[in-house]
Amino acid sequence: MVELWNNYIWPFAWIVLLVLAIVVPLLLAVAYLTLLERRVMGFMQMRWGANVVGPFGLLQPLADGAKLFLKETIIPTGANRVVFVIAPMLTFILAFIAWAVIPFDDGLVLSDINVGVLYLFAISSLGVYGIVMAGWASNSRYAFLGALRSAAQMVSYEVSIGFVMVTVLVVVGSLNLTDIVMAQKEGMWFFIPLFPMFVIFFISALAETNRHPFDLPEAEAELVAGYQVEYSSMTFALFFLGEYANMILMSGITTILFLGGWLPPFDIAPFNWLPGPLWFFLKVLFLLFVFIWVRATLPRYRYDQLMRLGWKVFLPLSLFWVVVTSAVVVAFDLFPAK
Amino acid sequence: MEELLSEYFPIIVFLGIMVVLSAMLIMASMIIARQRPDSEKLSPYECGFAPFEDARHPFDVRFYLVAILFIIFDLEVAFLFPWAVSLGNIGLFGFWSMMVFLGILTIGFVYEWRKGALEWE
Repeated sequence: MVELWNNYIWPFAWIVLLVLAIVVPLLLAVAYLTLLERRVMGFMQMRWGANVVGPFGLLQPLADGAKLFLKETIIPTGANRVVFVIAPMLTFILAFIAWAVIPFDDGLVLSDINVGVLYLFAISSLGVYGIVMAGWASNSRYAFLGALRSAAQMVSYEVSIGFVMVTVLVVVGSLNLTDIVMAQKEGMWFFIPLFPMFVIFFISALAETNRHPFDLPEAEAELVAGYQVEYSSMTFALFFLGEYANMILMSGITTILFLGGWLPPFDIAPFNWLPGPLWFFLKVLFLLFVFIWVRATLPRYRYDQLMRLGWKVFLPLSLFWVVVTSAVVVAFDLFPAK
Repeated sequence: MEELLSEYFPIIVFLGIMVVLSAMLIMASMIIARQRPDSEKLSPYECGFAPFEDARHPFDVRFYLVAILFIIFDLEVAFLFPWAVSLGNIGLFGFWSMMVFLGILTIGFVYEWRKGALEWE
């Protein structure tokens, strides 16, 4: 009995605790990201944004959540009920489980698998299923068109994201995310030598998360809300949470691949006093600010422009950069130390 | 091997917790919130008038084309992953073999570009 307790139940409970230690702050972060977005956009447009519920509007996300929770869940008559409900769950689940491999500090990671980048790539590829399922199961014209557009957009930009990841891998020589950050400790942060890749990755991240200026799937002026049009109550809330969690995830991946993860910008006195997770948080926060900044600044792309940018600009450019980077590494014998 | 697999166990636990959490959220909302469906409320949204046919229409063939192109290039990326990681061990021969492969793919890419498969007019 004691053996069972020590060998199975305690380790399991410990893992559950660790998972909750990731999920709960992440849910809070998602909630307050919505508030941050509304406030920042408000200030950029010379208005206040949400500031009524609680001090500085700090209780607004809770009020929004409670409101959505207490609404009626509508499942349209023509819909495939099971798929219709599974779709938002899938989006929500995938946006969160990717965090299992993200290192917040040296060794501070839930599961330090040796193929971390591959895992992230796989999980973010699966994200498109949630949207396609939602669009198909709704059996509604707008949802169907929105899902089609969204799927085509996401797969287009995923290709360039893949090539960008390969460039980083050539420089690092490991698929482990901790190794990628540690490689930036010895050299410099990768956004300096791989600056074009950094830009492509960030713009592709905008497209991958269906954010402005690539928010065509939602295009409220023409498709009302795209694949989300038939969703209400908690099913809609899960889509919403998933989308914002995906934004945070993409910022986190960008931070790890290009901005040195938890490392301070300079390893000298005032900077390295701050703990690593705080640096990670600050960098993610900065990238999220850029997400919102872009939304407040740029007009929406047209669909043909979006596809041209993905296939005719980013794809050749990132492929070319893979070749250049690997050629430089081979020619000057800059192989990562094993 | 045991060590390697045990690294994945927390991911499975994470997955389980998220499945339970999301299912709980939806079900709790369905139970707590008042449900009063009627046929108008449950009809698909279509700007005010009743939808008179199924929404699952045939759609533009270009979406298929994008999907097919995606498969080719995503496979290429999947092929590049192990190559990028082991570049230090496979030397010049490994480097040039991949360059030949990428060259062939680039020819295909140029072909489809010239054929207009990437046009969205």
